[in-house]
Amino acid sequence: MAEQQEDCQSDTFSDKHDVKHDAKYARRGWFVRLLPHPLLSLVLICLWMALVNSFSVGGLLVGTLFGMLIPIYTAHFWPDRPRIRKPWKILSFIVILVFDVFIANVQVAYLILFRSPEKLRSHWVVVPLDVCSAEGITALAATITLTPGTVSSDLTHDGKCLLVHCLDIESEEETVRRIKDRYERRIKAILS
Amino acid sequence: MMSQIMEIVIAVHIVIGSAFVLVGSYGLIRLPDLMSRLHGPSKATTLGVGGCLIASVLYFTASEGRLSIQEVLITCFLFLTAPVTAHFIAKAYLHTHKDCPKALPLPKGEHNWSTFDKKPS
Repeated sequence: MAEQQEDCQSDTFSDKHDVKHDAKYARRGWFVRLLPHPLLSLVLICLWMALVNSFSVGGLLVGTLFGMLIPIYTAHFWPDRPRIRKPWKILSFIVILVFDVFIANVQVAYLILFRSPEKLRSHWVVVPLDVCSAEGITALAATITLTPGTVSSDLTHDGKCLLVHCLDIESEEETVRRIKDRYERRIKAILS
Repeated sequence: MMSQIMEIVIAVHIVIGSAFVLVGSYGLIRLPDLMSRLHGPSKATTLGVGGCLIASVLYFTASEGRLSIQEVLITCFLFLTAPVTAHFIAKAYLHTHKDCPKALPLPKGEHNWSTFDKKPS
């Protein structure tokens, strides 16, 4: 456990990785320099094609050009790439997320319309985090904001706890358990 | 040409979508303080805008006879930006309310919430 925490800190919340990364970047071959972030390139090409909204070879060429240039110029903003170990699990996560967003909307709409504001049991809740990487925490915080009656508000400096505001909850333990079990576990499974 | 059924499906999506946006906006006046008001626009509107965008996809797919996926992009961008906006508003709330550090639960561990804590060396 102690080792793991040590790893968390050196991995995410230190300023030293820039230097390390530059050295690593300089040692890379021409292919990595040309395509520093293949996944980002692919996403950008798909994004461009969706923006154009019709398929043409010219559009694909321009998209490929952007898809190659943007990662090269923004490579220094990505010192640590998130390693997505199990990409197929993203799909099931998105399905659950969309379903929960739908439920969240109906629930919040019900609370707004039929519950008098004085009877709302709104609370601050502390969620201790197991996810270490900045990308994982960002994904979890965004998920919490999008799902039933919770908005993530603040993070501790060491990235160990998340402050969450709940609109109407039964018990704090139950909310924390649901967040950890339903979302954090899945995000952890995708990233490790 | 669009069939009658398609038009009804599109209309239903638009009506449901706008109903959720209306409820979300109503929440802004009804709920008591800023933090609970945040819940309305950050969630109720995602489904509202989503419903209207699905209607848009269906309409242009039916009327022009080819798949239109630009609207899916808008949904994606909305999903990416809505939590960030909510987070910034929450941060602004924490900064401007003087009683906040005391009203908040303390985190486990040695560091306090980053809004109130000094930068660790």
